Amino acid sequence: MRFNRPAIRTTTALWMLTMACAVALPQLAGAESVLRIGMTAADIPRTLGQPDQGFEGNRFTGLTMYDALTMWDLSSATKASVVIPGLATEWKVDDADKTKWTFKLRPGVTFHDGAPFNADAVVWNVEKVLNKDAVQFDASQVGVTASRMPTLVSAKKIDDMTVELTAKEPDSFLPINLTNLFMASPAKWQSLYDKAEGADAKAKSQAAWAAFAKEASGTGPWKMAKFTPRERLELVKNEAYWDKARVPHVDRMVLLPMPEANARTAALLSGQVDWIEAPAPDAVKEITARGFKIEKNEQPHVWPWQFSRIEGSPWNDIRVRKAANLCIDREGLRDGLLAGLMVPATGTFEPGHPWRGNPTFQIKYDLPAAQKLMKEAGYGPDKKLSVKTQTSASGSGQMLPLPMNEYLQQALAECYFDVKLDVIEWNTLFTNWRRGAKDPSANGANATNVTYAAMDPFFALVRFLQSSMAPPVSNNWGYINNPQFDELVKKARTSFDAKERDAALAELNAASIDDAAFLYVAHDVGPRALSPKVKGFVQPKSWFVDFSPVSITP
Amino acid sequence: MFTYIVRRIVYVIPIVISVALVCFMLVHITPGDPLVAILPADASQELAAQLRTAYGFDRPLPVQFGLWLWKAVHGDLGHSIATGRPVLTEVMRAVGNTVTLAIAAAIIGFSFGLLFGLLAGYFRDTWIDKVATSIAIAGVSVPHYWLGMVLVIIFSVQLSWLPAVGAGPGGSGQWGWDWEHMKYLVLPAITTSVIPMGIVTRTVRALTGDILSQDFVEALRAKGLRETHVFRHVIKNAAPTAMAVMGLQLGYMLGGSILIETVFSWPGSGLLLNSAIFQRDLPLLQGTILVLALFFVFLNLVVDIAQASIDPRIKRG
Repeated sequence: MRFNRPAIRTTTALWMLTMACAVALPQLAGAESVLRIGMTAADIPRTLGQPDQGFEGNRFTGLTMYDALTMWDLSSATKASVVIPGLATEWKVDDADKTKWTFKLRPGVTFHDGAPFNADAVVWNVEKVLNKDAVQFDASQVGVTASRMPTLVSAKKIDDMTVELTAKEPDSFLPINLTNLFMASPAKWQSLYDKAEGADAKAKSQAAWAAFAKEASGTGPWKMAKFTPRERLELVKNEAYWDKARVPHVDRMVLLPMPEANARTAALLSGQVDWIEAPAPDAVKEITARGFKIEKNEQPHVWPWQFSRIEGSPWNDIRVRKAANLCIDREGLRDGLLAGLMVPATGTFEPGHPWRGNPTFQIKYDLPAAQKLMKEAGYGPDKKLSVKTQTSASGSGQMLPLPMNEYLQQALAECYFDVKLDVIEWNTLFTNWRRGAKDPSANGANATNVTYAAMDPFFALVRFLQSSMAPPVSNNWGYINNPQFDELVKKARTSFDAKERDAALAELNAASIDDAAFLYVAHDVGPRALSPKVKGFVQPKSWFVDFSPVSITP
Repeated sequence: MFTYIVRRIVYVIPIVISVALVCFMLVHITPGDPLVAILPADASQELAAQLRTAYGFDRPLPVQFGLWLWKAVHGDLGHSIATGRPVLTEVMRAVGNTVTLAIAAAIIGFSFGLLFGLLAGYFRDTWIDKVATSIAIAGVSVPHYWLGMVLVIIFSVQLSWLPAVGAGPGGSGQWGWDWEHMKYLVLPAITTSVIPMGIVTRTVRALTGDILSQDFVEALRAKGLRETHVFRHVIKNAAPTAMAVMGLQLGYMLGGSILIETVFSWPGSGLLLNSAIFQRDLPLLQGTILVLALFFVFLNLVVDIAQASIDPRIKRG
């Protein structure tokens, strides 16, 4: 009997291939895709709804597990990130009483525990931070929330899908501010409260929130799967997310706190994580040389010197303020010290942003013009202007504060400034910021170097430029008192048509640039390094990102 | 012996109270707002005052200290301002991780330290002594966080043999004593061990050399004792001092290293302190310092008692 050898070989090969496919394909199909991220935070940001650790907290444990009534559009890398409907589909201010707003809620949304999202949930969440008598009131969540929506007073249910919010004064910024109020599940919290032990309602409430942090329930595109405090948070995709376009592409996301930049870089290069936040600038070359990608984009962030405008301050002379702004080679700073990880700042907002406006003073590097202005102000090579700036050696958003300030020190020396730096610890600098230039804590400084987020109008402009925001009220550290700014703030706050409001804000921003209100130096670019396996990521012009479209190849 | 132990325990009480007072005062005299972790700089004065009252920071310092001490005595170190979690739970979890790291580092550091020290002492002024002494000096001199980074670059980034950061594939909560988990311990343990290894080497070398030059060793040898028996006598005489040094070193390691734990993202007491300092989380900072100080005091007590049991002359002093 003769066998056809080639036929046997072919049959055997096909059989083996079939068997291999039979074994491997179900595994491949069932393999869980996991995205591992090294954060800059030293701890997992709070998971109970209102994260701590600034906007990094909102990015990782706020916007992932929770939604707000209004949200940021994070879909574009080129357009400015603007507010869009979230858990509210539409809103409008009351024509007769501009302190009252009606929000229509999105139907069919459920929390991760299955409870429905409705007007009761909105009222409950407003009261968790604003009503001291509410059983769910949690002082630890108040600071990071109430200050970001300073005019909201209360919420009232109109019907199941309609809620009325009341502000203490007419405030067109309210819908923007509401991006900071995340909706936690009242039903889940109540079930934990019922099981909680405590001497009184307050103690039980505290215990319920502690338990809620371990079993978080929001309406966001990611659900909590596993939480080890200070070590890792694992989120899984919410298949039932209300916005089908934003159901996550990866099955699981693991968030790991790694406060040290070199440790993050090593974790990425050794394959322990797929994504790191804020790689050290001096590691960028090595990271890209090994085939990893650096993603960056202009962030709503400003690295400034905020001038003192109290009596006797040298910065009261607009020629001096303008000269300082013209004396800095920001491109040189970007290409040298910061290895490309900054955008030169020519104001709080750059061209293309709806709140930019049309300033007449163009902030750029123009040494002769700067020197001319200083000479007109009475200074020169033989008569230098002595100024002192308070800064820190490190701090959230401060980028590389010392080397950057030393760069400014050298640059400004060309324009007849004699800059002295008063370097203090970051939290102390931050606390002093609130106390103002007249306080002894300023230690004679006539400028302070605290970076700021410019996500919303209050944070970006109002708290610095409105005269009533001077210490101890808010962050008008230098006691700016400009009637034009006050008038424009009022105009913006009372313009309830979004276009009119944006136009007023643009006017305010342009006026602040024309006044050279700050020394504008840099915008951070939120750099992150990604493994080549990570696909589909879009870095918007925002502090936040959308993890939903991100996929990872095996 | 019983009287000695009771006396040593009584001495501990004022030390503990002093430690509590010092760590409370230290964190309160530093500038900055204790609510900075949860209170943005743009928060209203009204809100700041409301939270200050809610957290009890509006009370006079002696009252705050009294309340804190009273609760601490009852095992309640308060809640972290930043996370809202109980401080004691946070500290004990972190201390547990640091103990794991410290024990691993102690095994490495003390074993090599004793070995090198004895070799250097026995073979004084030979090439063995020179090599052992050089290793000891290098161990004490090299900045350990730098060594940690170098080890990570070599063994994690270049060779991909060992993980660069973390405390196990699923975090320390799922720690197990198998290779999958222990490989996370190798680099931080080696990095932590170099200083104690150097110090123990130098101490044991000096002790061994000193004991070997004493008359009783000559007498033992003259009596015809074998070198192994002489060695046993040397060990016994060197043990109290070596133990005291190792006890101190173990105490330092149990305190956790902010730098090493940060470099390796090891979730121990050093990383916890780092986080508490940067977030200015006063209850967490006070609680962590207090627990670590108590560990140190307790460890010293144990070492003192152990020394006394080995060398009866100590308890007479």
